[in-house]
Amino acid sequence: MNLRMAWRKTVNAVMLALTGLCALVAVSALFFILGYLVYHGGKDVSWDFFTKLPKPVGESGGGMANAIVGSGKLLLVAALIGVPIGLLGGIYLAEFGGKTVPFVVRYTADMLNGVPSIVIGVFAYGVAVLPVHHFSALAGGFALGIMMIPIILRSTEEFLNGVPRAMREGAMALGASKWKMISSVVLPAASSAIITAILLALARVAGETAPLLFTAFGNRFWSPGFGQPTASLPVMIFTYAVGPYDDWHRQAWAAGLVLLGLVLVINILVRTVLSRGVSAQRS
Amino acid sequence: MATAPTTVEHAGLTWGPRALLRRLSSGDEIARLVTLVFALTTVLITVMIVEQLWVLSAESRRAFGFHFFVSQVWDPVFNQFGALPFIYGTLVTSALGMLIAVPLGLGAAIFLAELAPRRISDTLTFLIDLLAAVPSVIYGLLGVFILVPLMRTEIQPALKHTLGFLPLFQGPAYGIGFLTAGLVLAIMIVPFIISVSREVLLAVPREQREASLALGATRWEATWKAVVPYARTGIMGSIFLALARALGETMAVTMVVGNNPRISASLLGPGYSIASVLANEFSEATGTLYVSALVELGLVLFLLTFVINGLARLLILVTTQRGSGVAQG
Repeated sequence: MNLRMAWRKTVNAVMLALTGLCALVAVSALFFILGYLVYHGGKDVSWDFFTKLPKPVGESGGGMANAIVGSGKLLLVAALIGVPIGLLGGIYLAEFGGKTVPFVVRYTADMLNGVPSIVIGVFAYGVAVLPVHHFSALAGGFALGIMMIPIILRSTEEFLNGVPRAMREGAMALGASKWKMISSVVLPAASSAIITAILLALARVAGETAPLLFTAFGNRFWSPGFGQPTASLPVMIFTYAVGPYDDWHRQAWAAGLVLLGLVLVINILVRTVLSRGVSAQRS
Repeated sequence: MATAPTTVEHAGLTWGPRALLRRLSSGDEIARLVTLVFALTTVLITVMIVEQLWVLSAESRRAFGFHFFVSQVWDPVFNQFGALPFIYGTLVTSALGMLIAVPLGLGAAIFLAELAPRRISDTLTFLIDLLAAVPSVIYGLLGVFILVPLMRTEIQPALKHTLGFLPLFQGPAYGIGFLTAGLVLAIMIVPFIISVSREVLLAVPREQREASLALGATRWEATWKAVVPYARTGIMGSIFLALARALGETMAVTMVVGNNPRISASLLGPGYSIASVLANEFSEATGTLYVSALVELGLVLFLLTFVINGLARLLILVTTQRGSGVAQG
């Protein structure tokens, strides 16, 4: 009897320790990633990296200014597509929805969220590259924008639903029309949460590489306007990392550090600062 | 909560052209229609994705038919295209990833939900959410320069030395290959398993734990025999969501899998996956049949993830709907 109890206690201790170990391994992965990037990329992140164009193969130095600007342009197009559709669609789901339409929209949005990013790239290629016969920033931004829609749509819906009923009824009781109530009471109450969701969606697609490979493609020079092939940070990292030159590898590490830094900073800021504001507002 | 405003609206709802005109002029109906159009755009885009994949893959579907799925030949020069090596690679790398990620993720989720004090648990969960936000190309970068050399010089020789009698661990150690890709995938999908499973475990009623502890169970026994079975369906849902992600993951796999359309029993050998071949060859494909065959691969990937995702949603839906019934099921 005592032996059995001792055995059970041993199993208990071992298994509990193992779960702790699992958590430790998972969390330490983040620090490994960050550590390696700072170690390998830190010394190559310089002023030149942000201001110069890539040098021709064989020459060392140069930077990725065009890729940084390119990523910015792609995100701008993506936001112009993803934010209105996601936001207004989310308002419909939360405020105007009946039964069937919201169910269908919600279901397809979840499905769209699960579509592999490379398949979205194929779609954007078919819609925005094939008809005009050349790669462009518009096509790349279009692909990224589609990826933003389900994220923004579902979080807008969720946050609008979280606005207390008393606030709506207060507005209604003052004689506001429904749209007046939504635009002047419900949306402002949920606005910082929705902005959080939009920023997180932007951070997510900022790191996407796969849908850009055959939509925005790449470019070693500045690309004027939105109709030309455009460089972006993630695609540059991919090209440089699998390329054969040491100088490229160094630049890939530096670009990796910049990209990860950007994504993590947005995530940390948004999740700590803004979400604290949101919970304070709600309570 | 979504029903709250609708009941308010229905209270004063009247039909007829005049009522409609009044509602239009108040702006409500316009707002409803405009937002409805944007909501339906989401559906339209999803339908268009399917339609585009179907139309663009027509030539390949006509040319190869069902043979596409069983052929191992991938020869752009002679216009011969078979999907089997890519489907095989996608399934094998994802399975390897899941094999590592599921126990690791579940263990960590149990720790975070059941054992760790709330403050520590929240901090660790925050870090794990950050891990989920790391772009996949970064995982690929670390895979190429850190994991691949490590696999080539340390891990793969060790595996061959100890388990080399199995056909799974034979052949030269290149560093790249199915096993390396599986490892990278595992690290990438662990955060998703952890955060969903933790939520599900936290939702298990307290009585479930207290009852088994009162019966004299140890902490682990209460967790493993009372809490985890209760949350089983939701945990399965999180696993399927992670699987769908692993199947569609492109960059990290492309950078370490070896990019060789070959079916080999050895996990050390180089392979290919559907997403990787799209990433590598799509922009350089010449000839309409070549492009069409690649799009058909995309269609296969789409359907695969569509089914797995659907299953995951269904499982999660069942957990939330059945509530307490799950414990008996």
